[in-house]
Amino acid sequence: MKLPIYMDNHSTTRVDPRVVDAMLPYFTVHFGNAASRNHSFGWDADKGVEAAREKVAKIIAADSREIIFTSGATESNNLALKGVVEMYAEKGNHIITQVTEHRSVLDTAKRLEKAGINVTFLPVDKDGVVNPDDVIKAITDKTILISIMLVNNEIGVIQPVTEIGEIAKDRGILFHCDATQAVGKVRVDVDMMGIDLLSFTAHKFYGPKGIGALYMRKKNPRVRLSPMIDGGGHERGVRSGTLNVPGIVGFGKACEIAEDEMADESERLVKLRERLRLGIMNSLEEVYLNGHPSRRMPGNLNLSFAYVEGESMLMGLKEIALSSGSACTSATLEPSYVLSALGVSAELAHSSIRFGLGRFNTEEEVDYVIKRVIETVNRLRDMSPLYEMAKEGINLKDVSWKKD
Amino acid sequence: MSYSDEVVEHFNNPKNVGSFKKDEKDVGTGIVGAPECGDVMKLQLKIDNGVIVDAKFKTFGCGSAIASSSLATEWVKGKTIDEAMTIRNTDIVETLHLPPVKIHCSVLAEDAIKAAIEDYKKRTNGG
Repeated sequence: MKLPIYMDNHSTTRVDPRVVDAMLPYFTVHFGNAASRNHSFGWDADKGVEAAREKVAKIIAADSREIIFTSGATESNNLALKGVVEMYAEKGNHIITQVTEHRSVLDTAKRLEKAGINVTFLPVDKDGVVNPDDVIKAITDKTILISIMLVNNEIGVIQPVTEIGEIAKDRGILFHCDATQAVGKVRVDVDMMGIDLLSFTAHKFYGPKGIGALYMRKKNPRVRLSPMIDGGGHERGVRSGTLNVPGIVGFGKACEIAEDEMADESERLVKLRERLRLGIMNSLEEVYLNGHPSRRMPGNLNLSFAYVEGESMLMGLKEIALSSGSACTSATLEPSYVLSALGVSAELAHSSIRFGLGRFNTEEEVDYVIKRVIETVNRLRDMSPLYEMAKEGINLKDVSWKKD
Repeated sequence: MSYSDEVVEHFNNPKNVGSFKKDEKDVGTGIVGAPECGDVMKLQLKIDNGVIVDAKFKTFGCGSAIASSSLATEWVKGKTIDEAMTIRNTDIVETLHLPPVKIHCSVLAEDAIKAAIEDYKKRTNGG
């Protein structure tokens, strides 16, 4: 087993060597501009792009003509929200989203709000799930778009998008879904889920960074968007800019591999995740699971370790790449907004760690991580005044803390 | 953000972790910060004749907070109460090379020293 261990696969993933192999010829041999129509270099590049577009479409059960390549999911989310709002301005000025969306949806929605658009931010329950009835209640005759993610990036919870898609369809409202954490890991079917626009990106499932896509439904209804980047009219005029040919080819290959291996990989990752969860929780007291226990994507585990601050845990586990919901770096010291939205107390949010298991993690690594987490939590608890107070029987909620 | 060697050293080998009995008359206890802010420091000073003869800490917080309190316990030992009161958070920032986002950790350590001395004074004057 090699150190350091990478267990932060929601952040990004290692590119699969098979993806790299597929990409390489497009740097040095088929390096043409896919928009060059008059020579073989251009034709070869275009062929690579179109073959990849088929594979990218297939993984979400769409048609290749419905795929717009972008620089990544952040751009796709921006394009979906801003593009719809501008294009359908005559139809209405209200959009619905929810509080645990990724920042690229939330901040875009907030910018639109400043520009005069009405935005409803729906709450989630204690497990992080949106209630479809809340969506129904929020709809007005001015609602033009509902944007709800498929899988949350911190707690891995799977939202009831099929129900929400049906609600949107019944009322003739467009439904955008940020599926960045989902594609390649859980089954996505845009027709079955009633999705009209869908954002995703290659680097979350073993493809390269800097390439993503926006799915735009072509029929029933035909979605139209105002572009945000003007220029040579690439991607049917929706997103100008020379195509990132090697990136697109790699994206296609990553989709093809995921398509073939998703079922086995999911099963393996659920096993590893449960091994990790039980290994930790059976040996340490006062460890809490954040997010829904079963309605959750395979590789995600988010735990709070009471009386231990998250960043110090990461420092103690320096040979393991993980992520924390604690933000001891900002002026406000506010922890994860996702955990706060679930009603997790600020102190437990500061004590949270996100484990992101992926394709290249092994059982041996999981066992090593279990051992090191237990050691580190015990060491830091011995150093924690909160743990000491709790052991003395003091209720930490009754203490009047001296804040600065 | 990477940590300075000084912070890493104090985090890996913290000095003077532990507790004295709170009700001992020669012990002053300072607890500062709050769990919901992600930082709580408990600093205890054992004082004999106006001189700090021993110090212990426990900290819930990031590596820089742990390092700041560990350093504070080292610095106060052997100092008189008045000398300890002159320790400034900026000295801690300099010694540990704390980045701007971690300055609050050093402030907390300074506050903890003062709170512990205040507590000691209160007990000795009161009792």
